[in-house]
Amino acid sequence: MRILVCIKQVPGTTQVEIDEKTGTLRRDGVAAKMNPFDLYALETAMRVKAAAGPDSEVTVLTMGPPQCEQVVREAFMMGADKGAILSDRAFGGADVLATSYTLSQGARKTGPYDLVVCGKQTTDGDTAQVGAELAEWLGIPHVTNVKSVDDVAADHIDLTVDLPDCEVAQRIPFPFLMTVEKGIFEPRLPSYKLRCATEGREILWLALADMPDKDPRHYGLNGSPTQVKRIFPPELRVERIALGGDDKKKAAALADLLEERKFLR
Amino acid sequence: MSHIRIHMDKIADTAAAKALCPFGAIEEEPGGGLAIGAGCRMCRACVRGGGGAFEFVDDSAPGVDKSAWRGIAVVAELSPEGKVHPVALELLGKARELAAAIGHPVLAVAMGAHTAEAARTLLGYGADEVHVYEDPALEFFRIEPYANALEDFIRSVRPSSVLVGGTANGRSLAPRVAARFRTGLTADCTVLGMSPSTDLDQIRPAYGGNIMAHINTPRHRPQFATVRYKVFSIPFKSATRGKIVRHELPPEKLASRIEILECRPKAAEKGIEEAEVLVVCGRGVRNPGDIALLESLAAQLGGRVAATRAVVEAGWIDSKFQIGLSGRTVKPKLMITCGVSGAIQFVAGMGGSETIVAINTDPKAPIFKVAHVGLVGDLYTIVPELVAKIKAKKEAAK
Ligand SMILES: Cc1cc2nc3c(=O)[nH]c(=O)nc-3n(C[C@H](O)[C@H](O)[C@H](O)COP(=O)(O)OP(=O)(O)OC[C@H]3O[C@@H](n4cnc5c(N)ncnc54)[C@H](O)[C@@H]3O)c2cc1C
Ligand SMILES: Nc1ncnc2c1ncn2[C@@H]1O[C@H](COP(=O)(O)O)[C@@H](O)[C@H]1O
Repeated sequence: MRILVCIKQVPGTTQVEIDEKTGTLRRDGVAAKMNPFDLYALETAMRVKAAAGPDSEVTVLTMGPPQCEQVVREAFMMGADKGAILSDRAFGGADVLATSYTLSQGARKTGPYDLVVCGKQTTDGDTAQVGAELAEWLGIPHVTNVKSVDDVAADHIDLTVDLPDCEVAQRIPFPFLMTVEKGIFEPRLPSYKLRCATEGREILWLALADMPDKDPRHYGLNGSPTQVKRIFPPELRVERIALGGDDKKKAAALADLLEERKFLR
Repeated sequence: MSHIRIHMDKIADTAAAKALCPFGAIEEEPGGGLAIGAGCRMCRACVRGGGGAFEFVDDSAPGVDKSAWRGIAVVAELSPEGKVHPVALELLGKARELAAAIGHPVLAVAMGAHTAEAARTLLGYGADEVHVYEDPALEFFRIEPYANALEDFIRSVRPSSVLVGGTANGRSLAPRVAARFRTGLTADCTVLGMSPSTDLDQIRPAYGGNIMAHINTPRHRPQFATVRYKVFSIPFKSATRGKIVRHELPPEKLASRIEILECRPKAAEKGIEEAEVLVVCGRGVRNPGDIALLESLAAQLGGRVAATRAVVEAGWIDSKFQIGLSGRTVKPKLMITCGVSGAIQFVAGMGGSETIVAINTDPKAPIFKVAHVGLVGDLYTIVPELVAKIKAKKEAAK
């Protein structure tokens, strides 16, 4: 069985700040790491591979600037067999549609795959939508919110989808795409042994010229229907009461206010 | 293809010019000049601030004929029994506002095995037309038939905007169909507006930083947006004036490769969305044991404890109690935040709360910009004192 996992490199911290003077994002010294949700996707793929038998393999695919090689190496240390990187200036500035299209081109180039696994969401883009769009481009069904893989058979998987008021057990034949919940399996730690063993392993680098579709209008900023018109710091205007005095006085004043507004019942 | 052209002759200070870009996409070339790198999001901050040094060149292909796309559509999510998810009613209220601005109709789409009651409800909340796809194959959400039904609706009715509730199923359906139409989708919008050109003004927190992004889909139709439950308010019921339009799909469009084996209802546990009072635990709480302090305050007010992502990531509180962009959106009557800084992703999930009280030691914490009542102080003194005072008041009232 051939399994593809989409992984992304994200900023190591969520505390990206705006420089008050210049209005730009401060990104200095922010280390990058694998999107934490994608660790669960990779672990799920490794478990499915183990259940599916010896002639199975796991490929990881990422789109990003050249330094994203680091997350592919990390995936090797967790047991991924192959890695491909989609990197080209023409891919920059991609929104959900262009990102998923680029990934689908990468998957066509390196595939076909029986199963594609994505994380629930990224911590920087945070849309949770790339997976579903990728499945559409690939023309395969998808399921989101997968909380457990219950059985791996030769031609299908049984899994459970977590919805707010019910859990739905489903059977899906290959090929399909799933996005998995955090906590579906505990991700394994990168292994030192695998690190040594995979140090020199080759990674497939793909640029626009390597894609089945080489039309630059379908990628990056130009392939993105959504446009950022403006970015701005949030402005929040509310009428405010500041309670003064020492902490005890403040607490008393708040108790009075809650009583006045009929919250004490 | 649109791009930014740089006029180096108008740039005296390279460093200042580079700093114009919020995404660090203005890069220095080895030869000394400047170039626009892959980080560019075409936000045009450089064009606005660069005094003519940066020029926006728009030679992209003309977009669609926008006048051929009419109506603000709301995709209503139905339970297997046919109950409408309340986020659809919230979206109908917003759709009415948006549609009124450009004289478009408000459309609702209902897909399911039982749609009669849902259609009536949707009419009652202001839909001009309810488009119904009813079939036993649509009882449970499965992506292929649902995507086919929504595709059929869009092809036959051609709505200008499609609003989808940001529920688990909505977040699966909207991107699938948006990709099918090669169009844009903006996830988790917190503000929606309508411009005269019928472009939907979509605002959401973005880029993982403390900034908001205003997003348009200027050349494509329909324009897709998802909005979480409880971001907008349910409108008042209106006089029913609309009509029901039935659609049929051929059997092959209703087929799915996904087989539902079993649907196990979860114990009817009320989520934090339903609570009228929430006490929020932030990183200012030092130990997991101290959450008991907040529990006792919540108990006094008949409310519940919720948390920020920082606390959930520390493993102190389950993620179903997380408020914010990647958690739940809540709109309680009263919220008391304790040791919460008020990061934009948190605020995105609670900004609509009726009364927000903030307790934080740092007078500069952004939470004080959202709070209606601010207490600069130590939660470890204030909360126990507050609990004691409330108890005393309740005693006195007896
Ligand atoms: C894509 C993305 C999505 C995100 N989604 C969410 C989300 O859904 N929900 C969410 O909450 N966050 C989210 N975040 C994280 C968010 O940016 C913040 O990191 C987080 O909200 C901070 O939580 P906090 O306020 O508890 O902690 P901190 O920011 O560490 O704030 C702690 C506060 O406690 C105060 N304090 C300390 N001691 C005391 C005391 N004794 N008494 C009173 N006050 C005290 C401090 O002054 C400080 O202001 C997201 C981030 C990203 C990038
Ligand atoms: N640039 C990327 N490269 C590879 N995979 C990605 C990329 N962006 C998103 N994904 C995948 O899509 C999932 C959802 O991302 P998002 O829609 O950005 O929240 C992630 O967990 C990844 O599995």
